[in-house]
Amino acid sequence: MNFLNRHIRSTFVLPSIIFVIAMMIVPLLYTSYLSLHVWSGSARRPPEFVGLSNYERLLTRDPRFGDAVVRTFIFTGVAVGAELALGLGIALLINGKFLGHNLVKTLILLPMVATPVAIGMAWLLLYEPNIGALNALLRALSLPPQDFLGSSSTALLWLAVVDIWQWTPLMALILLAGLSALPEEPYEAARVDGASAWQRFTQLTLPLLFPTIIAATLLRSIDALKTFDIIYTMTRGGPGFATETINTYGYIQAFEYFQLGQASSLLIVFFTLILGVSLFFIRFRRHWGAAL
Amino acid sequence: MTTNYAVEMPRGAVNLQAQQRRLRQALGGALRYLAIAVVLFIFLAPFAWMLLSSFKTQVDITNTRNIFNFTPTLENYENVFAQYEFLRYLLNSFAVAALSTLFSLILGLPAAYAIARFRLQWLGVILLTARIVPGITFLIPWFIIFSRLGLIGTLTPLILSHMLVGLPFIAWIMIAFYEELPIELEEAAKIDGATPIGAFLRVALPLSMPGVITAGIVAFIFSWNNFMFSLVLADDRTRTLPIAIFNFLTYASVDWGGLMAAAVVITLPVLIITLFVQRYIVRGLTAGATKG
Repeated sequence: MNFLNRHIRSTFVLPSIIFVIAMMIVPLLYTSYLSLHVWSGSARRPPEFVGLSNYERLLTRDPRFGDAVVRTFIFTGVAVGAELALGLGIALLINGKFLGHNLVKTLILLPMVATPVAIGMAWLLLYEPNIGALNALLRALSLPPQDFLGSSSTALLWLAVVDIWQWTPLMALILLAGLSALPEEPYEAARVDGASAWQRFTQLTLPLLFPTIIAATLLRSIDALKTFDIIYTMTRGGPGFATETINTYGYIQAFEYFQLGQASSLLIVFFTLILGVSLFFIRFRRHWGAAL
Repeated sequence: MTTNYAVEMPRGAVNLQAQQRRLRQALGGALRYLAIAVVLFIFLAPFAWMLLSSFKTQVDITNTRNIFNFTPTLENYENVFAQYEFLRYLLNSFAVAALSTLFSLILGLPAAYAIARFRLQWLGVILLTARIVPGITFLIPWFIIFSRLGLIGTLTPLILSHMLVGLPFIAWIMIAFYEELPIELEEAAKIDGATPIGAFLRVALPLSMPGVITAGIVAFIFSWNNFMFSLVLADDRTRTLPIAIFNFLTYASVDWGGLMAAAVVITLPVLIITLFVQRYIVRGLTAGATKG
């Protein structure tokens, strides 16, 4: 006990460091190692070294990967863009006191804490072309029924709608916290000067909220790029490959095709991509967030 | 108030103007409540539909003309528990979520405390990286290593992999918490003869309980909802609920009632926890994003 107390830093951080090394660093190195090999996971045939050819094939001769990258960014752009716009609207709507304020904040939490797989199932039923509620609604409004996830041209967007439904509340709550922390003086000054509500919004609220907006967008973008549960449970990347993203392609390559080397090179590229996006946002925020 | 107003303001023009303004305010308030109601409807309707469908027979689900005209049945729930060993999966889910959260707290709290007190930023950055990196990057090595160690088929790989989500999250929230905790109290305890470990256990830890509860609840929900890690690392007996529901879809894709009953069973615990501790959850989920 005395020894532990004298080395208090090590006592407190070593268990976590060992855990991170064993569960994160070692696997990451192992994935990098596998990315230079061809292996099906068989115990009898060890990994065969092939240099960078997995990467070469992935980046130049695998159109399925290129398509998956494009889809991943379309999905993320559409979802996060809509979440930001809707989230800002909802934050402004429920900002300030009104009867039932806390209840509303609690209820809009539910989509984002609910289990994604269960959400996927519920939306599968909503989207079901024949018995689904959404087509029933469209028919009641005399609008043409949709094929939703069945059509390869729109399936990705309907998946993005599920993501938007689930994560707009998070955006709204983060922006709401940002709104309630804004200073009051500029608004009073603007009111004295006779600024309209729209002017106050574009010239005060938006700039003041900018750092929060960037942070929330970063948080959501990273998670949206990694979206797996909803896509894999609802479409498995189909119809055809119409909703396949980097994450689901990597999963299928590793655990359905057992091309472990090829999958590892994909995962290393994916990892680098996510890290790059994060660094971009962090630098962008430091650069512009500080100036505003 | 309203009736006295005319008496206090005898001049007709002013009275009319005030009335107009009041009318406009009342109208704006009503519109605001209407908008809030629409927002709530959109976020809650999928849950309502899921719940409603779970009490319907297949025939009633197919009938989209009369959605409220049906005789509720518990048949779906009985089927789910009778046919699919749901109770076992429920217990698996609970054990994995509880144990991974507990171990994440045991490792993460001292680490967060040390990072905050001894300014070990580098460790904070490493833990943040674990939050950003796509989890699928670790899955191939985990699967191979845990298979070699003969641990697939036990809960150990599930608990350890879920900890890689829980631990960084807990550390992330708690670093900020301990940084704001005044150091004087711990120093006073040390003057009174407390060891460094004692100061943490008896002073800092009790004071940080609100943060610990926040972090613990959110980590529990993350583990409960986890799909991808369990999909790869669980076998028939160690399956958690999200995997069980997913298989349910694959094997019985037409049994919508059973599917919705299963979705309700997995979502309900999370929703109930959320309703009781919403204050903590908002703080937990939005942490990091609202700080400069």
